[in-house]
Amino acid sequence: MSAIASPSAVALKNVARRFVTPSGDVLSALEDFDLSIAPGEFMAVVGPTGCGKSTTLGLIAGLARPQGGEVTLFDAPVTGVDRRVGFVFQQDAVFPWRDVLGNVMAGPLFRGVAKDKAEATARDWIIRVGLKGFEHHHPHQLSGGMRKRVALAQTFINNPQVLLMDEPFSALDVQTRELMQEELLQLWAQAKSAVLFVTHDLDEAILLADRVAVLTTRPARVKSVHTIDLPRPRDVATLRYDERFIAIARKISDDLREEVLRARGADARGH
Amino acid sequence: MTETTVTAPLVTDGRIETAVQRMRRHQRLVLALRLAVLVFLIGGWEFGVRLGVIDPFFFGQPSGIVTKLIDWTENGTSIGPLWKQIWVTIYEAGAGFLIGSAMGILCGIALGRNQLLSDVFSIYIKVANSIPRVVLGSIFIVALGLGAASKIALAVVMVFFVVFANAFQGVREADKNLIANARILGASNWQMTRAVVLPSALSWILASLHVSFGFALVGAIVGEFLGAREGMGLLIATAQGSFDSNGVFAAMIVIAIVALLAEWILTMIENRLLTWRPDTTVNE
Repeated sequence: MSAIASPSAVALKNVARRFVTPSGDVLSALEDFDLSIAPGEFMAVVGPTGCGKSTTLGLIAGLARPQGGEVTLFDAPVTGVDRRVGFVFQQDAVFPWRDVLGNVMAGPLFRGVAKDKAEATARDWIIRVGLKGFEHHHPHQLSGGMRKRVALAQTFINNPQVLLMDEPFSALDVQTRELMQEELLQLWAQAKSAVLFVTHDLDEAILLADRVAVLTTRPARVKSVHTIDLPRPRDVATLRYDERFIAIARKISDDLREEVLRARGADARGH
Repeated sequence: MTETTVTAPLVTDGRIETAVQRMRRHQRLVLALRLAVLVFLIGGWEFGVRLGVIDPFFFGQPSGIVTKLIDWTENGTSIGPLWKQIWVTIYEAGAGFLIGSAMGILCGIALGRNQLLSDVFSIYIKVANSIPRVVLGSIFIVALGLGAASKIALAVVMVFFVVFANAFQGVREADKNLIANARILGASNWQMTRAVVLPSALSWILASLHVSFGFALVGAIVGEFLGAREGMGLLIATAQGSFDSNGVFAAMIVIAIVALLAEWILTMIENRLLTWRPDTTVNE
């Protein structure tokens, strides 16, 4: 490591995050966790279920504090929710009582943008995510994929420099998921934000990311980081049949399987 | 094969039509049976009295109740015009309902949003809630006099706890994801309360308002029982004092109509406020 490290959008150094369970035990979710994402880089994180992937995102978003180590955004420690961060959740987090327009313009309005300006920007984003004509529909009138589009527009309208995504497409059917992945890559290419994309789907991670980090079973640590040197722009629909893709997938999946098996062993012992 | 494709739409149309017809027929049947039950009960009561099985002195008589209602509307009651008594009770219940629910919503949200406040006050609210609140009516009459204030106070106390408990619960049940999302989108604490917490608690609060208007009416009427110069409660107490069962029943019917009207208005407000909810089939 040189003294002048390359700038990072997100960095976690020796981070620890522990929970006290209702029975009084201390549960360690993260321990000695190191990860760094460059500005504009797309990083995917895969790992066994329940290993602490979402915990990591919560720390970066400022929704939770680490018990040890340091979390930084552009080399400044995270002290709370940061305006430069966007978050796309696994479950629906759009406001059910607001129509599409109201949902998309929520961020700018919260941040004090004038109403007519917020609305104009929101209408623009609604067109960009392909929801023109649905401005006054409520979330329950939309399909799961359309609600995800609303969530993407709602997040991207704030111009996040760091975009955190917590298994955003896991609830969608395969075809819709593919469309949304393509959509995300396009939006990201324009927004140039640093992305931390948590998923349990290794294919998805390789299709989207510049680098894929594999986490260990709990307490989570970064086991290995793989650089995905597939050229961009990527065609989500056909890339998974490419030989290079398959070679990378095989290599990472060996890594991942080891951890999944360990996690299962730990579960079997624990219960 | 071509024949089937040609006739298929016709068959479906025919099926849809019979399904609609079957539904209509079912609705008509339900309506007819409901009427039959009503006629049977009221008719049975009336005939029971005429045949001497039921003593009208204690249990009244449908025709007597109707006569009483007509008499009240035409000649006024023993304590003044009927509409005046109705208005006084509606005014007391309505004012108590508005004040009580506003206080309940405010306190519910404040305690739901603030852990320290809720830790400190939850014990007192539990204690206060376990007191039979109708008894407070006596205190209010002594302290606030025979006028509307004591009835309004009793209605407030009846309404407050129901609305408070629901508002509190509604705030606590607000979706953690929505709250996290709003915070990251940039919402301040006040914006969070207004844009996320209040709307998600709203269905809980509205549900409690349905119940609590009934409680407000009970509060006003019990207050009037205990001591008043006018109102439906006093009308009932007067009828009771002169052994006039028909009068008691007639007053009861008037109050029931008021309660049903209030319920109808509340449902309209609720539908207006909750348009964003997915359509739910209403049983009616």
